[in-house]
Amino acid sequence: MKAIREVYGEALVELAKDNDKILVLDADLSGSTKSGMFGKAYPERFFNMGIAESNMVATAAGMASCGMIPFVNTFAVFLTTLGLISARGQVCYGNLNVKFGGAYCGMSDAFDGSTHHACEDIAVMRTLPNMRVLVPSDTASSKALTRVAAELEGPVYLRLSRDVYPDLYSEDEVFEPGKGKIVRDGTDVTVVACGILVHKALEAAEKLAEEGISVRVVDMLSIKPIDRELLVRCAEETGCIVSAEEHSIYGGLGSAVAEALADAGVPVPMQFVGIQDVFTESGPYAQLLAKYGIDAEGVAVAVRKALSKKK
Amino acid sequence: MSITNARVSELEELCRKFRVDVLTAIHGIQSGHPGGSLSVCEIMTLLMQERMNLQRPDDPARDRLVLSKGHAAPMLYRNLIEKGFLPADCMGSLRRIDSLLQGHPSVHTPGVEIPAGPLGLGLSAAQGMAIALRAQGHTSRVWAILGDGELDEGCIWEAAMSAPKFGLNNLCAIVDWNGVQLDGTNDEVMPLGDLAAKWAAFGWNVIECGGHDIAALDAAMDAAEAYVNGPSVILAKTVKGKGVSFMEGKAAWHGKAIDAESFAAAMKELGGAAE
Ligand SMILES: Cc1ncc(C[n+]2csc(CCOP(=O)(O)OP(=O)(O)O)c2C)c(N)n1
Ligand SMILES: [Mg+2]
Repeated sequence: MKAIREVYGEALVELAKDNDKILVLDADLSGSTKSGMFGKAYPERFFNMGIAESNMVATAAGMASCGMIPFVNTFAVFLTTLGLISARGQVCYGNLNVKFGGAYCGMSDAFDGSTHHACEDIAVMRTLPNMRVLVPSDTASSKALTRVAAELEGPVYLRLSRDVYPDLYSEDEVFEPGKGKIVRDGTDVTVVACGILVHKALEAAEKLAEEGISVRVVDMLSIKPIDRELLVRCAEETGCIVSAEEHSIYGGLGSAVAEALADAGVPVPMQFVGIQDVFTESGPYAQLLAKYGIDAEGVAVAVRKALSKKK
Repeated sequence: MSITNARVSELEELCRKFRVDVLTAIHGIQSGHPGGSLSVCEIMTLLMQERMNLQRPDDPARDRLVLSKGHAAPMLYRNLIEKGFLPADCMGSLRRIDSLLQGHPSVHTPGVEIPAGPLGLGLSAAQGMAIALRAQGHTSRVWAILGDGELDEGCIWEAAMSAPKFGLNNLCAIVDWNGVQLDGTNDEVMPLGDLAAKWAAFGWNVIECGGHDIAALDAAMDAAEAYVNGPSVILAKTVKGKGVSFMEGKAAWHGKAIDAESFAAAMKELGGAAE
Protein backbone atom coordinates (compact mmCIF):
# COMPACT_ATOMS: atom_id res chain seq x y z
CA MET A 1 0.00 0.00 0.00
CA LYS A 2 1.56 3.21 -1.21
CA ALA A 3 0.37 6.74 -1.80
CA ILE A 4 -1.16 6.94 -5.26
CA ARG A 5 1.25 9.72 -6.21
CA GLU A 6 4.26 7.47 -5.41
CA VAL A 7 2.84 4.69 -7.55
CA TYR A 8 2.33 7.14 -10.38
CA GLY A 9 5.89 8.47 -10.11
CA GLU A 10 7.28 4.95 -10.22
CA ALA A 11 5.01 4.05 -13.13
CA LEU A 12 6.36 6.97 -15.17
CA VAL A 13 9.93 5.83 -14.58
CA GLU A 14 8.98 2.28 -15.52
CA LEU A 15 7.24 3.37 -18.73
CA ALA A 16 10.17 5.40 -19.89
CA LYS A 17 12.42 2.34 -19.88
CA ASP A 18 10.96 0.90 -23.06
CA ASN A 19 9.48 4.04 -24.60
CA ASP A 20 11.85 6.84 -25.42
CA LYS A 21 9.01 9.07 -26.61
CA ILE A 22 7.85 9.67 -23.05
CA LEU A 23 8.67 13.15 -21.79
CA VAL A 24 7.60 14.54 -18.43
CA LEU A 25 6.82 18.15 -17.54
CA ASP A 26 5.99 19.74 -14.21
CA ALA A 27 5.21 23.22 -12.93
CA ASP A 28 7.35 23.54 -9.78
CA LEU A 29 5.48 20.77 -7.96
CA SER A 30 7.58 17.77 -8.98
CA GLY A 31 8.34 16.97 -5.34
CA SER A 32 4.61 16.77 -4.64
CA THR A 33 3.28 15.15 -7.82
CA LYS A 34 6.23 12.71 -7.76
CA SER A 35 7.09 13.44 -11.36
CA GLY A 36 10.41 14.36 -9.77
CA MET A 37 11.16 10.63 -9.57
CA PHE A 38 11.17 10.62 -13.36
CA GLY A 39 13.27 13.79 -13.33
CA LYS A 40 15.91 12.02 -11.26
CA ALA A 41 15.94 8.92 -13.47
CA TYR A 42 15.74 10.73 -16.81
CA PRO A 43 16.92 14.32 -16.34
CA GLU A 44 17.24 14.89 -20.08
CA ARG A 45 13.60 13.97 -20.64
CA PHE A 46 12.23 16.00 -17.73
CA PHE A 47 11.22 19.66 -17.99
CA ASN A 48 10.46 21.80 -14.95
CA MET A 49 8.57 24.71 -16.47
CA GLY A 50 8.36 26.78 -13.30
CA ILE A 51 5.01 27.95 -11.97
CA ALA A 52 3.61 28.34 -15.47
CA GLU A 53 0.84 25.86 -16.21
CA SER A 54 -0.42 27.36 -19.48
CA ASN A 55 3.12 27.41 -20.82
CA MET A 56 3.60 23.81 -19.69
CA VAL A 57 0.52 22.38 -21.41
CA ALA A 58 1.02 24.36 -24.62
CA THR A 59 4.66 23.22 -24.70
CA ALA A 60 3.46 19.63 -24.34
CA ALA A 61 1.07 20.20 -27.24
CA GLY A 62 4.03 21.17 -29.39
CA MET A 63 6.02 18.14 -28.26
CA ALA A 64 3.10 15.85 -29.07
CA SER A 65 2.68 17.40 -32.51
CA CYS A 66 6.24 16.23 -33.22
CA GLY A 67 5.49 12.65 -32.19
CA MET A 68 6.47 12.64 -28.51
CA ILE A 69 4.27 11.50 -25.59
CA PRO A 70 4.41 14.23 -22.96
CA PHE A 71 2.95 13.79 -19.48
CA VAL A 72 2.09 17.14 -17.87
CA ASN A 73 1.90 17.30 -14.10
CA THR A 74 0.67 19.67 -11.43
CA PHE A 75 -2.20 19.83 -8.96
CA ALA A 76 -5.43 18.84 -10.72
CA VAL A 77 -7.02 22.18 -9.84
CA PHE A 78 -4.33 24.18 -11.65
CA LEU A 79 -3.99 21.73 -14.54
CA THR A 80 -7.69 21.95 -15.35
CA THR A 81 -7.91 25.73 -14.98
CA LEU A 82 -4.65 27.37 -16.03
CA GLY A 83 -3.86 24.45 -18.30
CA LEU A 84 -7.32 24.41 -19.83
CA ILE A 85 -6.86 26.92 -22.62
CA SER A 86 -4.32 24.70 -24.33
CA ALA A 87 -6.01 21.46 -23.25
CA ARG A 88 -9.07 22.54 -25.16
CA GLY A 89 -7.78 24.73 -27.95
CA GLN A 90 -4.67 22.79 -28.88
CA VAL A 91 -4.51 19.34 -27.32
CA CYS A 92 -8.10 18.17 -27.71
CA TYR A 93 -8.96 20.15 -30.82
CA GLY A 94 -5.77 18.86 -32.41
CA ASN A 95 -6.27 15.39 -30.88
CA LEU A 96 -2.71 15.53 -29.63
CA ASN A 97 -1.05 12.82 -27.62
CA VAL A 98 -0.74 14.70 -24.32
CA LYS A 99 -1.31 12.94 -20.98
CA PHE A 100 -2.55 14.99 -18.04
CA GLY A 101 -1.56 13.87 -14.53
CA GLY A 102 -4.01 15.66 -12.25
CA ALA A 103 -2.39 15.38 -8.82
CA TYR A 104 -3.96 15.94 -5.39
CA CYS A 105 -7.48 15.37 -6.71
CA GLY A 106 -10.64 16.08 -4.75
CA MET A 107 -9.88 17.26 -1.23
CA SER A 108 -6.74 15.15 -0.87
CA ASP A 109 -4.63 18.31 -0.45
CA ALA A 110 -6.81 18.73 2.60
CA PHE A 111 -5.15 21.43 4.73
CA ASP A 112 -4.41 23.80 1.84
CA GLY A 113 -8.12 24.39 1.52
CA SER A 114 -10.60 25.13 -1.22
CA THR A 115 -8.17 26.90 -3.55
CA HIS A 116 -6.18 23.67 -3.78
CA HIS A 117 -9.05 21.19 -3.93
CA ALA A 118 -10.07 19.86 -7.33
CA CYS A 119 -13.82 19.29 -7.27
CA GLU A 120 -14.65 20.30 -10.84
CA ASP A 121 -11.87 18.64 -12.79
CA ILE A 122 -13.83 15.60 -14.00
CA ALA A 123 -16.59 17.88 -15.27
CA VAL A 124 -14.17 20.17 -17.05
CA MET A 125 -12.11 17.45 -18.70
CA ARG A 126 -15.06 15.23 -19.56
CA THR A 127 -16.66 17.84 -21.79
CA LEU A 128 -13.62 18.16 -24.05
CA PRO A 129 -14.01 16.11 -27.25
CA ASN A 130 -11.23 13.50 -27.68
CA MET A 131 -10.31 13.57 -23.97
CA ARG A 132 -10.46 10.33 -21.99
CA VAL A 133 -10.90 10.49 -18.20
CA LEU A 134 -9.47 7.69 -16.05
CA VAL A 135 -9.62 7.44 -12.25
CA PRO A 136 -7.53 4.78 -10.50
CA SER A 137 -8.62 3.47 -7.11
CA ASP A 138 -5.60 1.58 -5.78
CA THR A 139 -1.97 0.75 -6.41
CA ALA A 140 -2.45 -1.79 -9.18
CA SER A 141 -4.96 0.35 -11.07
CA SER A 142 -2.81 3.48 -10.74
CA LYS A 143 0.13 1.68 -12.22
CA ALA A 144 -1.88 0.01 -14.96
CA LEU A 145 -3.87 3.09 -15.96
CA THR A 146 -0.70 5.16 -16.25
CA ARG A 147 0.43 2.61 -18.82
CA VAL A 148 -2.99 2.59 -20.49
CA ALA A 149 -2.78 6.38 -20.75
CA ALA A 150 0.61 6.18 -22.42
CA GLU A 151 -0.53 3.51 -24.87
CA LEU A 152 -3.80 5.16 -25.88
CA GLU A 153 -3.47 7.50 -28.84
CA GLY A 154 -4.69 11.01 -27.97
CA PRO A 155 -5.36 13.05 -24.83
CA VAL A 156 -5.97 11.36 -21.48
CA TYR A 157 -6.71 12.83 -18.07
CA LEU A 158 -5.57 10.75 -15.10
CA ARG A 159 -7.15 11.76 -11.81
CA LEU A 160 -4.62 11.06 -9.07
CA SER A 161 -4.80 11.29 -5.30
CA ARG A 162 -2.26 12.50 -2.81
CA ASP A 163 -3.51 9.83 -0.46
CA VAL A 164 -2.94 6.16 0.25
CA TYR A 165 -5.73 3.82 -0.90
CA PRO A 166 -6.16 0.21 0.27
CA ASP A 167 -5.43 -2.42 -2.37
CA LEU A 168 -8.32 -3.70 -4.45
CA TYR A 169 -6.75 -5.48 -7.39
CA SER A 170 -3.92 -7.88 -8.00
CA GLU A 171 -0.85 -6.88 -9.97
CA ASP A 172 -2.01 -8.81 -13.06
CA GLU A 173 -5.54 -7.40 -13.24
CA VAL A 174 -6.30 -5.99 -16.70
CA PHE A 175 -7.72 -2.47 -17.05
CA GLU A 176 -9.23 -1.11 -20.23
CA PRO A 177 -10.62 2.27 -21.19
CA GLY A 178 -14.40 2.16 -21.19
CA LYS A 179 -14.57 -0.57 -18.55
CA GLY A 180 -15.71 -0.41 -14.95
CA LYS A 181 -15.47 -3.29 -12.51
CA ILE A 182 -17.87 -4.85 -10.04
CA VAL A 183 -15.86 -4.99 -6.83
CA ARG A 184 -18.70 -6.29 -4.66
CA ASP A 185 -21.84 -7.98 -5.83
CA GLY A 186 -25.31 -7.12 -4.52
CA THR A 187 -28.92 -7.10 -5.57
CA ASP A 188 -30.77 -4.16 -4.00
CA VAL A 189 -28.83 -1.15 -5.20
CA THR A 190 -25.65 -0.33 -7.13
CA VAL A 191 -23.19 2.25 -5.91
CA VAL A 192 -21.13 3.49 -8.86
CA ALA A 193 -18.03 5.09 -7.41
CA CYS A 194 -14.57 6.25 -8.37
CA GLY A 195 -11.32 6.85 -6.52
CA ILE A 196 -11.50 6.98 -2.74
CA LEU A 197 -15.29 6.62 -2.84
CA VAL A 198 -14.94 3.03 -4.03
CA HIS A 199 -13.42 2.26 -0.64
CA LYS A 200 -16.04 4.30 1.20
CA ALA A 201 -18.78 2.50 -0.75
CA LEU A 202 -17.34 -0.90 0.20
CA GLU A 203 -17.31 0.22 3.83
CA ALA A 204 -20.92 1.35 3.54
CA ALA A 205 -21.92 -1.91 1.83
CA GLU A 206 -20.47 -3.85 4.75
CA LYS A 207 -22.54 -1.84 7.24
CA LEU A 208 -25.70 -1.93 5.14
CA ALA A 209 -25.43 -5.70 4.85
CA GLU A 210 -26.07 -5.78 8.61
CA GLU A 211 -29.36 -3.98 7.93
CA GLY A 212 -30.20 -6.60 5.32
CA ILE A 213 -29.46 -4.34 2.35
CA SER A 214 -27.48 -5.96 -0.44
CA VAL A 215 -25.24 -3.39 -2.13
CA ARG A 216 -23.37 -3.86 -5.40
CA VAL A 217 -20.32 -1.65 -5.78
CA VAL A 218 -18.93 -0.68 -9.18
CA ASP A 219 -15.52 0.90 -9.55
CA MET A 220 -15.91 3.19 -12.58
CA LEU A 221 -12.25 3.56 -13.43
CA SER A 222 -13.10 4.93 -16.86
CA ILE A 223 -15.44 7.91 -16.65
CA LYS A 224 -14.94 8.74 -20.30
CA PRO A 225 -15.61 6.63 -22.19
CA ILE A 226 -17.99 5.29 -19.55
CA ASP A 227 -18.98 1.64 -19.23
CA ARG A 228 -22.53 2.02 -20.48
CA GLU A 229 -23.17 -1.68 -20.83
CA LEU A 230 -22.29 -2.32 -17.20
CA LEU A 231 -24.39 0.62 -16.03
CA VAL A 232 -27.46 -0.58 -17.90
CA ARG A 233 -27.03 -4.06 -16.50
CA CYS A 234 -26.71 -2.75 -12.95
CA ALA A 235 -29.75 -0.49 -13.34
CA GLU A 236 -31.83 -3.37 -14.62
CA GLU A 237 -30.60 -5.87 -12.04
CA THR A 238 -30.64 -3.70 -8.91
CA GLY A 239 -33.26 -1.11 -9.84
CA CYS A 240 -31.60 1.94 -8.34
CA ILE A 241 -28.25 3.66 -8.45
CA VAL A 242 -26.12 5.80 -6.18
CA SER A 243 -23.17 7.66 -7.66
CA ALA A 244 -20.31 8.48 -5.31
CA GLU A 245 -17.36 10.72 -6.07
CA GLU A 246 -14.96 13.18 -4.47
CA HIS A 247 -16.15 15.87 -6.86
CA SER A 248 -19.04 18.26 -7.37
CA ILE A 249 -22.39 16.54 -7.82
CA TYR A 250 -22.58 18.53 -11.06
CA GLY A 251 -20.85 17.35 -14.17
CA GLY A 252 -18.78 14.49 -12.79
CA LEU A 253 -19.26 10.76 -12.47
CA GLY A 254 -22.87 11.07 -11.30
CA SER A 255 -23.81 13.18 -14.29
CA ALA A 256 -22.04 10.79 -16.66
CA VAL A 257 -23.95 7.84 -15.15
CA ALA A 258 -27.30 9.65 -15.32
CA GLU A 259 -26.67 10.70 -18.92
CA ALA A 260 -25.81 7.16 -19.95
CA LEU A 261 -28.86 5.63 -18.25
CA ALA A 262 -31.26 8.26 -19.52
CA ASP A 263 -29.94 7.87 -23.03
CA ALA A 264 -30.20 4.08 -22.83
CA GLY A 265 -33.84 4.42 -21.79
CA VAL A 266 -33.39 2.77 -18.40
CA PRO A 267 -33.78 5.63 -15.94
CA VAL A 268 -33.94 4.36 -12.35
CA PRO A 269 -34.10 6.23 -9.03
CA MET A 270 -30.70 7.78 -8.46
CA GLN A 271 -28.89 9.60 -5.66
CA PHE A 272 -25.72 11.63 -5.99
CA VAL A 273 -22.94 11.56 -3.36
CA GLY A 274 -20.45 14.37 -3.87
CA ILE A 275 -19.70 18.00 -3.04
CA GLN A 276 -23.07 19.77 -2.93
CA ASP A 277 -22.25 22.83 -5.06
CA VAL A 278 -20.25 24.56 -2.31
CA PHE A 279 -16.64 25.57 -1.84
CA THR A 280 -14.80 23.26 0.52
CA GLU A 281 -12.34 24.27 3.25
CA SER A 282 -9.16 23.41 5.15
CA GLY A 283 -8.91 20.59 7.65
CA PRO A 284 -7.78 17.01 8.23
CA TYR A 285 -8.78 14.87 5.23
CA ALA A 286 -11.01 12.43 7.09
CA GLN A 287 -12.86 15.26 8.84
CA LEU A 288 -13.42 17.00 5.52
CA LEU A 289 -14.79 13.88 3.87
CA ALA A 290 -17.17 13.46 6.79
CA LYS A 291 -18.24 17.10 6.86
CA TYR A 292 -19.04 17.14 3.15
CA GLY A 293 -20.85 13.82 3.34
CA ILE A 294 -18.57 11.88 1.06
CA ASP A 295 -17.69 9.07 3.43
CA ALA A 296 -19.25 5.68 4.15
CA GLU A 297 -22.01 7.33 6.17
CA GLY A 298 -22.84 9.66 3.28
CA VAL A 299 -23.03 6.71 0.91
CA ALA A 300 -25.26 4.78 3.34
CA VAL A 301 -27.68 7.70 3.66
CA ALA A 302 -27.88 7.99 -0.13
CA VAL A 303 -28.44 4.24 -0.50
CA ARG A 304 -31.40 4.28 1.90
CA LYS A 305 -32.86 7.26 0.05
CA ALA A 306 -32.45 5.61 -3.35
CA LEU A 307 -34.08 2.43 -2.03
CA SER A 308 -37.03 4.38 -0.68
CA LYS A 309 -37.74 5.71 -4.18
CA LYS A 310 -37.53 2.31 -5.80
CA LYS A 311 -40.89 0.81 -6.71
CA MET B 1 9.58 61.74 7.00
CA SER B 2 11.76 58.78 7.84
CA ILE B 3 10.89 56.23 10.47
CA THR B 4 12.55 56.66 13.88
CA ASN B 5 15.05 54.16 15.25
CA ALA B 6 12.79 53.63 18.25
CA ARG B 7 9.86 52.68 16.01
CA VAL B 8 12.08 50.38 13.95
CA SER B 9 13.04 48.58 17.17
CA GLU B 10 9.40 48.20 18.14
CA LEU B 11 8.54 46.75 14.75
CA GLU B 12 11.52 44.40 14.92
CA GLU B 13 10.25 43.08 18.21
CA LEU B 14 6.78 42.68 16.73
CA CYS B 15 8.29 40.70 13.85
CA ARG B 16 10.06 38.41 16.30
CA LYS B 17 6.77 37.74 18.09
CA PHE B 18 4.93 37.22 14.81
CA ARG B 19 7.53 34.67 13.70
CA VAL B 20 7.05 32.76 16.95
CA ASP B 21 3.27 32.80 16.67
CA VAL B 22 3.22 31.83 13.00
CA LEU B 23 5.59 28.91 13.49
CA THR B 24 3.67 27.82 16.57
CA ALA B 25 0.45 27.66 14.57
CA ILE B 26 2.08 25.83 11.64
CA HIS B 27 3.69 23.39 14.05
CA GLY B 28 0.41 22.89 15.90
CA ILE B 29 -1.49 21.72 12.84
CA GLN B 30 1.55 20.01 11.28
CA SER B 31 0.84 21.67 7.96
CA GLY B 32 1.59 24.98 6.26
CA HIS B 33 4.37 27.06 4.72
CA PRO B 34 7.11 28.21 7.09
CA GLY B 35 9.64 29.49 4.52
CA GLY B 36 7.56 32.06 2.66
CA SER B 37 5.73 33.19 5.80
CA LEU B 38 9.01 34.07 7.48
CA SER B 39 10.53 35.82 4.47
CA VAL B 40 7.60 38.21 4.07
CA CYS B 41 7.45 39.16 7.77
CA GLU B 42 9.08 42.61 7.74
CA ILE B 43 7.44 43.65 4.45
CA MET B 44 3.97 42.82 5.67
CA THR B 45 4.39 44.00 9.24
CA LEU B 46 5.78 47.38 8.21
CA LEU B 47 2.92 47.90 5.78
CA MET B 48 0.10 46.77 8.02
CA GLN B 49 1.26 47.97 11.44
CA GLU B 50 2.88 51.21 10.38
CA ARG B 51 2.24 52.57 6.93
CA MET B 52 -1.16 51.60 5.63
CA ASN B 53 -4.33 53.52 6.26
CA LEU B 54 -6.12 50.52 7.70
CA GLN B 55 -8.36 51.45 10.61
CA ARG B 56 -11.37 49.32 9.73
CA PRO B 57 -11.67 46.37 7.34
CA ASP B 58 -14.81 47.89 5.80
CA ASP B 59 -13.62 51.47 5.33
CA PRO B 60 -14.01 52.12 1.59
CA ALA B 61 -11.08 54.52 1.65
CA ARG B 62 -8.66 52.07 3.29
CA ASP B 63 -5.41 51.09 1.63
CA ARG B 64 -5.49 47.58 0.19
CA LEU B 65 -3.03 44.76 0.67
CA VAL B 66 -3.15 41.85 -1.77
CA LEU B 67 -1.16 38.85 -0.62
CA SER B 68 -0.74 37.29 -4.02
CA LYS B 69 1.55 34.58 -2.62
CA GLY B 70 -1.37 33.31 -0.58
CA HIS B 71 0.54 30.47 1.07
CA ALA B 72 2.05 33.06 3.46
CA ALA B 73 -1.46 33.47 4.92
CA PRO B 74 -0.40 32.79 8.54
CA MET B 75 1.72 35.95 8.57
CA LEU B 76 -1.25 37.88 7.20
CA TYR B 77 -3.53 36.43 9.89
CA ARG B 78 -1.08 37.34 12.66
CA ASN B 79 -0.98 40.90 11.34
CA LEU B 80 -4.77 41.03 11.18
CA ILE B 81 -4.95 39.91 14.82
CA GLU B 82 -2.60 42.75 15.75
CA LYS B 83 -4.91 45.16 13.92
CA GLY B 84 -7.77 43.86 16.04
CA PHE B 85 -9.66 42.53 13.01
CA LEU B 86 -9.47 38.93 14.24
CA PRO B 87 -9.86 37.40 17.73
CA ALA B 88 -6.56 37.46 19.62
CA ASP B 89 -6.67 33.74 20.33
CA CYS B 90 -7.50 32.43 16.86
CA MET B 91 -4.03 31.50 15.53
CA GLY B 92 -4.36 27.98 16.94
CA SER B 93 -7.31 27.31 14.67
CA LEU B 94 -5.14 27.68 11.55
CA ARG B 95 -6.07 25.11 8.88
CA ARG B 96 -8.42 23.25 11.22
CA ILE B 97 -11.92 22.31 10.22
CA ASP B 98 -14.57 25.07 10.60
CA SER B 99 -11.80 27.63 11.06
CA LEU B 100 -11.76 31.32 10.27
CA LEU B 101 -8.16 30.80 9.20
CA GLN B 102 -8.11 28.85 5.95
CA GLY B 103 -4.92 27.41 4.52
CA HIS B 104 -5.01 30.14 1.90
CA PRO B 105 -6.68 33.56 2.26
CA SER B 106 -10.45 33.46 2.02
CA VAL B 107 -12.81 36.43 2.26
CA HIS B 108 -14.59 34.72 5.15
CA THR B 109 -11.72 36.14 7.19
CA PRO B 110 -12.21 39.81 8.13
CA GLY B 111 -9.43 41.90 6.64
CA VAL B 112 -8.68 39.58 3.72
CA GLU B 113 -9.27 41.68 0.61
CA ILE B 114 -9.48 38.94 -1.99
CA PRO B 115 -8.98 35.18 -2.13
CA ALA B 116 -5.50 33.90 -2.96
CA GLY B 117 -3.87 30.52 -3.43
CA PRO B 118 -3.58 30.01 -7.16
CA LEU B 119 -0.37 31.94 -7.81
CA GLY B 120 -0.08 34.61 -10.45
CA LEU B 121 -3.39 36.41 -10.10
CA GLY B 122 -2.79 38.95 -7.35
CA LEU B 123 -1.12 41.69 -9.35
CA SER B 124 -4.03 41.80 -11.77
CA ALA B 125 -6.52 41.97 -8.89
CA ALA B 126 -4.45 44.74 -7.28
CA GLN B 127 -4.52 46.57 -10.59
CA GLY B 128 -8.30 46.30 -10.63
CA MET B 129 -8.49 47.71 -7.11
CA ALA B 130 -6.17 50.57 -8.07
CA ILE B 131 -8.34 51.44 -11.05
CA ALA B 132 -11.56 51.24 -9.02
CA LEU B 133 -10.24 53.28 -6.09
CA ARG B 134 -8.95 55.97 -8.42
CA ALA B 135 -12.32 56.09 -10.19
CA GLN B 136 -14.02 56.47 -6.82
CA GLY B 137 -11.82 59.46 -6.02
CA HIS B 138 -10.00 57.76 -3.16
CA THR B 139 -6.35 58.46 -2.57
CA SER B 140 -5.92 54.93 -1.22
CA ARG B 141 -2.89 52.89 -2.22
CA VAL B 142 -2.77 49.26 -3.26
CA TRP B 143 0.15 47.03 -2.29
CA ALA B 144 0.58 43.63 -3.94
CA ILE B 145 3.00 41.15 -2.41
CA LEU B 146 4.35 38.65 -4.93
CA GLY B 147 6.64 35.64 -4.61
CA ASP B 148 9.66 35.42 -6.87
CA GLY B 149 8.70 31.93 -8.06
CA GLU B 150 5.26 33.38 -8.65
CA LEU B 151 6.82 35.61 -11.29
CA ASP B 152 7.01 32.49 -13.50
CA GLU B 153 3.30 32.93 -14.17
CA GLY B 154 2.43 34.62 -17.45
CA CYS B 155 -0.44 36.55 -15.90
CA ILE B 156 2.00 38.52 -13.75
CA TRP B 157 3.60 39.86 -16.89
CA GLU B 158 0.26 40.62 -18.46
CA ALA B 159 -0.45 42.85 -15.46
CA ALA B 160 3.09 44.18 -15.62
CA MET B 161 2.30 45.35 -19.12
CA SER B 162 -1.12 46.83 -18.39
CA ALA B 163 -0.56 48.71 -15.12
CA PRO B 164 1.83 51.25 -16.70
CA LYS B 165 -0.64 51.73 -19.56
CA PHE B 166 -3.26 52.82 -17.03
CA GLY B 167 -0.77 55.04 -15.20
CA LEU B 168 -1.48 53.42 -11.85
CA ASN B 169 0.69 55.45 -9.51
CA ASN B 170 -1.44 54.23 -6.60
CA LEU B 171 -0.19 50.67 -7.17
CA CYS B 172 3.00 49.18 -5.79
CA ALA B 173 4.12 45.58 -6.27
CA ILE B 174 6.58 44.14 -3.77
CA VAL B 175 8.52 41.05 -4.77
CA ASP B 176 9.55 38.86 -1.83
CA TRP B 177 12.80 37.99 -3.58
CA ASN B 178 14.03 35.08 -1.48
CA GLY B 179 15.56 33.21 -4.41
CA VAL B 180 13.75 29.97 -3.63
CA GLN B 181 10.46 28.48 -4.77
CA LEU B 182 9.02 24.99 -4.25
CA ASP B 183 11.15 22.44 -6.10
CA GLY B 184 14.37 24.41 -5.57
CA THR B 185 16.00 27.78 -6.14
CA ASN B 186 14.79 30.16 -8.84
CA ASP B 187 17.93 29.31 -10.79
CA GLU B 188 17.20 25.59 -10.63
CA VAL B 189 13.51 25.83 -11.45
CA MET B 190 13.24 28.90 -13.66
CA PRO B 191 15.99 31.52 -13.78
CA LEU B 192 14.53 35.01 -13.44
CA GLY B 193 17.35 36.81 -15.21
CA ASP B 194 17.75 40.53 -14.67
CA LEU B 195 14.55 41.23 -12.77
CA ALA B 196 15.15 44.95 -12.36
CA ALA B 197 15.72 45.36 -16.08
CA LYS B 198 12.62 43.32 -16.89
CA TRP B 199 10.29 45.42 -14.72
CA ALA B 200 11.90 48.62 -15.96
CA ALA B 201 11.43 47.52 -19.57
CA PHE B 202 7.73 47.02 -18.83
CA GLY B 203 7.53 50.63 -17.64
CA TRP B 204 7.71 50.30 -13.86
CA ASN B 205 9.56 52.46 -11.38
CA VAL B 206 11.97 49.88 -9.94
CA ILE B 207 13.26 50.17 -6.38
CA GLU B 208 15.61 47.62 -4.84
CA CYS B 209 16.22 47.15 -1.14
CA GLY B 210 16.89 44.67 1.63
CA GLY B 211 13.64 43.01 2.60
CA HIS B 212 14.39 42.42 6.28
CA ASP B 213 15.77 45.93 6.90
CA ILE B 214 12.78 47.90 8.14
CA ALA B 215 14.33 51.33 7.66
CA ALA B 216 15.41 50.45 4.11
CA LEU B 217 11.99 49.02 3.31
CA ASP B 218 10.35 52.13 4.70
CA ALA B 219 12.51 54.35 2.50
CA ALA B 220 11.68 52.18 -0.52
CA MET B 221 7.98 52.51 0.22
CA ASP B 222 8.38 56.29 0.56
CA ALA B 223 10.01 56.34 -2.86
CA ALA B 224 7.20 54.27 -4.33
CA GLU B 225 4.58 56.63 -2.92
CA ALA B 226 6.48 59.65 -4.20
CA TYR B 227 6.61 58.36 -7.78
CA VAL B 228 3.69 59.78 -9.75
CA ASN B 229 4.29 58.66 -13.33
CA GLY B 230 2.98 55.10 -12.94
CA PRO B 231 3.28 51.96 -10.82
CA SER B 232 6.31 51.09 -8.73
CA VAL B 233 7.83 47.74 -7.89
CA ILE B 234 10.01 47.08 -4.87
CA LEU B 235 12.39 44.19 -5.38
CA ALA B 236 12.97 43.25 -1.76
CA LYS B 237 15.92 40.92 -1.23
CA THR B 238 14.85 38.44 1.42
CA VAL B 239 15.84 35.09 2.85
CA LYS B 240 13.36 32.24 2.72
CA GLY B 241 12.81 30.96 6.27
CA LYS B 242 14.41 34.13 7.71
CA GLY B 243 14.99 34.01 11.45
CA VAL B 244 15.44 30.27 11.84
CA SER B 245 18.99 29.34 10.84
CA PHE B 246 18.28 25.82 9.61
CA MET B 247 15.31 26.92 7.51
CA GLU B 248 17.08 29.82 5.84
CA GLY B 249 17.45 29.48 2.08
CA LYS B 250 16.09 25.93 2.08
CA ALA B 251 13.42 24.87 -0.43
CA ALA B 252 12.76 21.88 1.82
CA TRP B 253 11.13 24.25 4.34
CA HIS B 254 8.78 25.76 1.76
CA GLY B 255 5.81 23.70 2.82
CA LYS B 256 6.96 21.19 5.37
CA ALA B 257 5.35 20.29 8.67
CA ILE B 258 7.60 21.33 11.56
CA ASP B 259 8.63 18.34 13.66
CA ALA B 260 8.96 18.66 17.45
CA GLU B 261 12.73 18.83 17.48
CA SER B 262 12.96 21.48 14.77
CA PHE B 263 10.21 23.45 16.48
CA ALA B 264 12.05 23.47 19.78
CA ALA B 265 15.22 24.60 18.05
CA ALA B 266 13.35 27.34 16.18
CA MET B 267 11.76 28.62 19.39
CA LYS B 268 15.13 28.71 21.04
CA GLU B 269 16.50 30.89 18.25
CA LEU B 270 13.48 33.19 18.23
CA GLY B 271 13.02 33.36 21.99
CA GLY B 272 9.61 31.71 21.90
CA ALA B 273 7.94 29.19 24.17
CA ALA B 274 8.67 25.60 23.17
CA GLU B 275 5.14 24.29 23.76
C1 LIG C 1 -1.04 28.45 -9.97
C2 LIG C 1 -0.31 27.74 -8.90
N1 LIG C 1 0.60 26.80 -9.24
C3 LIG C 1 1.26 26.14 -8.28
C4 LIG C 1 1.04 26.40 -6.96
C5 LIG C 1 1.75 25.60 -5.87
N2 LIG C 1 2.72 26.42 -5.18
C6 LIG C 1 2.43 27.00 -3.99
S1 LIG C 1 3.67 27.93 -3.40
C7 LIG C 1 4.68 27.53 -4.71
C8 LIG C 1 6.06 28.09 -4.78
C9 LIG C 1 6.04 29.58 -4.65
O1 LIG C 1 7.30 30.12 -4.68
P1 LIG C 1 7.49 31.66 -4.41
O2 LIG C 1 6.55 32.43 -5.25
O3 LIG C 1 8.92 31.97 -4.60
O4 LIG C 1 7.02 31.83 -2.92
P2 LIG C 1 7.88 31.99 -1.57
O5 LIG C 1 9.29 31.63 -1.87
O6 LIG C 1 7.75 33.42 -1.20
O7 LIG C 1 7.26 31.09 -0.58
C10 LIG C 1 4.00 26.68 -5.58
C11 LIG C 1 4.58 26.14 -6.82
C12 LIG C 1 0.08 27.38 -6.65
N3 LIG C 1 -0.24 27.69 -5.38
N4 LIG C 1 -0.56 28.04 -7.63
MG1 LIG D 1 10.47 32.51 -3.36
